[in-house]
Amino acid sequence: MALPELKQTATEARLAALSLPQGGCLDAGRAAAVARVQTLGLPDRRDEYWKYTRPDTLVTADAPTAEVFESTEAPVFDAMDRVKIVFVDGVFDSAASDDLSLEGVTIDRLSDLADTDIHWAKDLYGVLEARGQTPVARPLAALNTAYATDGVVIHVTGKPSKPISLIYKHADTASDAILHHVIRVESGAEATILENGPAASRFNKVTEIDIADGGTLHHIRAQGRDHARRAATHMFTRLGSGSVYKSFTLTVNGVLTRNEQVIELTGDDAVAHVAGACVGDGDFHHDDTVFITHDAVNCESRQVFKKVLRNGATGVFQGKILVKEGAQKTDGYQISQSLLLDEDSQFLAKPELEIYADDVACSHGSTSGAIDDDALFYLRSRGVPHGVATDLLTLAFLAEAVEEIEHEDIAAELVDRLEGWLARRR
Amino acid sequence: MLEIKNLHVKLEDEDKQILKGVDLKVEAGKVHAIMGPNGSGKSTLSYVLSGRDGYEVTEGTASLGGEELLDLEAEERAALGLFLAFQYPVEIPGVGNMTFLRTAVNAQRKARGEEELSAGEFLKVVREKAKTLKIDADMLKRPVNVGFSGGEKKRNEILQMAMLEPKMCILDETDSGLDVDAMKLVSEGVNALRDAGRGFLVITHYQRLLDHIKPDVVHIMANGRIVKTGGPELALEVENNGYADILAEIA
Repeated sequence: MALPELKQTATEARLAALSLPQGGCLDAGRAAAVARVQTLGLPDRRDEYWKYTRPDTLVTADAPTAEVFESTEAPVFDAMDRVKIVFVDGVFDSAASDDLSLEGVTIDRLSDLADTDIHWAKDLYGVLEARGQTPVARPLAALNTAYATDGVVIHVTGKPSKPISLIYKHADTASDAILHHVIRVESGAEATILENGPAASRFNKVTEIDIADGGTLHHIRAQGRDHARRAATHMFTRLGSGSVYKSFTLTVNGVLTRNEQVIELTGDDAVAHVAGACVGDGDFHHDDTVFITHDAVNCESRQVFKKVLRNGATGVFQGKILVKEGAQKTDGYQISQSLLLDEDSQFLAKPELEIYADDVACSHGSTSGAIDDDALFYLRSRGVPHGVATDLLTLAFLAEAVEEIEHEDIAAELVDRLEGWLARRR
Repeated sequence: MLEIKNLHVKLEDEDKQILKGVDLKVEAGKVHAIMGPNGSGKSTLSYVLSGRDGYEVTEGTASLGGEELLDLEAEERAALGLFLAFQYPVEIPGVGNMTFLRTAVNAQRKARGEEELSAGEFLKVVREKAKTLKIDADMLKRPVNVGFSGGEKKRNEILQMAMLEPKMCILDETDSGLDVDAMKLVSEGVNALRDAGRGFLVITHYQRLLDHIKPDVVHIMANGRIVKTGGPELALEVENNGYADILAEIA
């Protein structure tokens, strides 16, 4: 079916501004992705899946400019022992990055695969993204697979002693970065991936994650404080039997963020937890879109998303649990909540369950509310000043999401950052 | 200590007068009790004094140690030394009891220009006071009042009182929801805080609490006013005859 004319024109204009990286083992994967984008067309405001988030600025040929945020604070995760991989405006910075050798894991740069004829990542590159295009199209992810300029391919074969830390710096006010990572966790292997930073004025990032039977991947991300930055990210994860995927995202500021998590539980007894905490003030639009497919027996999935919004900030949650026929004993849980600190802010939620098995436990809940007056008065009556009391209650609201992080030091550090953000606005 | 003069209060949202001229003076070192039928304005008085929203003072004044209370924020009143033990202590999921106590103690110290307690000092004091109220480490760790029984909530109120060392304590129906043993424990906690420099205002429906916390003065409140004041024997009279006689007498 031909695309509507406007969509066709917008898609062509965007693709014309990009150049397709050539050479190496990814060529076929990239070519197939170009065809996907051309067939799907880039999202526009008439698409149902983009009803609550306007994709306009994510698909224009040029990235809207974004000031670089100057912070006096050290970046998050700074004090941790980790393997640092640094990208500035989407360009690998070898001087700032660590040596990529670490026991239990092999890390390569995506751009180096251009010189290779054969590599394990070739068989995965774009595969999970392509699977994730049905039943709902995600054209920005296909665009990413086609045009990504760099990224890392991580092969986890053991239990590396420290986290692999992807650091995304933003330096140019008109930068437009497209990065694509591929992660394969082998049977019984376990690793932690950290991501932090705004990355660019506009950032399109895809991560494809394939976790073999009994593998475990922890993912913790903090998206950077630049107010005017835009980001569209996709994480496509496929889980084998007894494997575990736990992902947490902290978003502080950012004029537009759309984080999609597309998860497929394909082996029995697999566990997938995705959580997020975001705080937005003013010109802030944050969208968490999650699609979890249960296609095996006795799997557990959990979604916990909390948003604190003020001064007209907008939060969006679209979360779906699809339980396929035969996926008995599924345990699916989903909660999305917003705390609106004033009447100008809004939260739009679309929780969905689609179930084709008869022996499952699935629950979902979504709420939107203000600070509890009774709790606020109780704290104040004990001498806690209004601002401090409000912050305490706000952090308490976010706690359920932050507690999803298993690594206690990281959780404590992120709580500190949230506390600082709130205190600066007191 | 606490001085209330001709206090008139209405609800902010509706045209309903609740307090219609309350006069009351609680001296340092004394325990005053207020009794009265349902709807007489006892709880409203405690909320208005502690600074809860939703009430409008139309006339009169209230002061603590000579400082005018009614223009102050709730937290400023607390820092001046006013404490309200809630009839229904609020549950606050996500805020640890210990964090809450320490934040409150240090916020008050800071407001008064005193040095904040270190984590170590605080822990030492809180453990000691918790022990006498039979509050275990688990209750201190849990979120404020979440999953606490009625008795645990009231003991937690008294623990806060002991930690904050207020000058003027208002106890709003602290006996409600307590069994005999819990009432004894709570009363012992209150009695331990009786001091020449501290005043108490005990609001209750029943005489039985006053068996444990012996008042110096008893007031009867009805229809938004203090209608009768006497000694402890007044509480016994209410217990034996109800409010009808007293109300008839003043009508």
